[in-house]
Amino acid sequence: MTIADTDTTSALQALTHCLQDHLSSHAIQSPSMLGIHTGGEWVARALQLAIDENMPLGTLDISFYRDDFSRIGMNPEVRPSHIPFEVDDQHIILVDDVLYTGRTIRAALNEIFAYGRPASVILAVLIERDGRQLPICADCVGNRVALDNNQQIKLSGPEPLMLEIIETS
Amino acid sequence: MSSIQLTPTGKLRHFLTIEGLPRDMLVSILDTAESLTSVKDRSIKKVPLLRGKTVANLFFEPSTRTRTTFELAAKRLSADVLNIAMSTSATTKGESLLDTLRNLEAMHVDMFVVRHAQSGAAHFIAQQVAPHVSIVNAGDGRHAHPTQAMLDVFTIRRHKPDFGGLTVAIVGDIRHSRVARSQIHALNTLLTGEVRVIAPQTLLPADVETLGVKVFHSLDEGLRDVDVIIMLRLQRERMQGGRLPSEHEYYQQYGMTTERLAIAKPDAMIMHPGPINRGVEMSSSVADSPQSVILEQVSHGIAIRMAVMSMAMQHNQPDKAPQAAT
Repeated sequence: MTIADTDTTSALQALTHCLQDHLSSHAIQSPSMLGIHTGGEWVARALQLAIDENMPLGTLDISFYRDDFSRIGMNPEVRPSHIPFEVDDQHIILVDDVLYTGRTIRAALNEIFAYGRPASVILAVLIERDGRQLPICADCVGNRVALDNNQQIKLSGPEPLMLEIIETS
Repeated sequence: MSSIQLTPTGKLRHFLTIEGLPRDMLVSILDTAESLTSVKDRSIKKVPLLRGKTVANLFFEPSTRTRTTFELAAKRLSADVLNIAMSTSATTKGESLLDTLRNLEAMHVDMFVVRHAQSGAAHFIAQQVAPHVSIVNAGDGRHAHPTQAMLDVFTIRRHKPDFGGLTVAIVGDIRHSRVARSQIHALNTLLTGEVRVIAPQTLLPADVETLGVKVFHSLDEGLRDVDVIIMLRLQRERMQGGRLPSEHEYYQQYGMTTERLAIAKPDAMIMHPGPINRGVEMSSSVADSPQSVILEQVSHGIAIRMAVMSMAMQHNQPDKAPQAAT
């Protein structure tokens, strides 16, 4: 089932506004952004264009920090994380497409701390769905959906960004 | 001989020899190593892939470079590491190799990295260990040194990724070299255009042609149109049998000099597994030339060993499709 394009666009707009409000209400100047490979990268790029084209933007591949590594093995195509700024004392906007169990974000936080000690980390996600398994919640959300256990929501992109609900068996 | 290296589903269980491993497996090791090279650029040079695992380095033969890079690789993967120099340990007190292994297994060691002077030692150990334990061969006799060969092809791939178009020459003591044997298998499995060996007859194994190489006895002839030159160490300790008149004469005929390097392609890479005997295998000007990638090989050794260890540690896990963990 494809979600209408307009919903993807409006989720992105809602996320942009939430993030702008959050930055100004917390008086955060010159933050940097990290998108989680791959969907988070696309969303982060769109946010960068909407908020500040000059905002430093990097990518995180969290494969080495996954807690299910020993069960499912490693994807040999892991791409190295690319962080083009100093993490120490930086305000970082961490971006992902879907927040579900919270395990990816746990892994991403560990990965960020392998590079340094940020001043703060703000979590921004395009879609938040139910099913959290860890005490993690987003600071900014584009849209919330409730799905059945056998459903997945997936972002395809980068051009155009398109959300899709997939039935799994 | 290699079938015990893979699980029934084709995953890496032990890493004993390149021989018999499918091309896909070698490419997968190279790709994994490529991703792991970035770990050295972090302020905390560690990833948690082997957290909670214990790796024992069992070195029955002295080694500095190989042992330290294995140790560093295991530590960067967050494993606990035991270094056991077997010549000073219980084996000299009469404990058999198998007893030593059983004792280490009882300490819940998950992986043994084995270096031994006897060909087939790592394979023998792999047949004896408990099902959850993996063995990585860090060099056995004249047989194999598979992680060295993988770091060599990794270094080549980083500079010249199209193996089909490459001519690679291996120069020196092929006969006594486990490194050369593993390199030849790796290069041929990766479908290298042409693999040459350049050596005097006395330093070639009897069956050398069956390995799929072109044999040259003259260095000047063998170097023509070559893209990659791998110099082997002249193993002084193995030169007692009168196979060579002298080191000096060897250098005259097979030593790499700036003049000889010019015979190969202008961008030819020069490699050496170390340690170099300067003035025997190559001149200092060659070893330190811009075409030399010898120190790069050492760094790549860490990434390759991380890749092999993390892949082998996945073997005892049930096959499960990756699931979304967002």
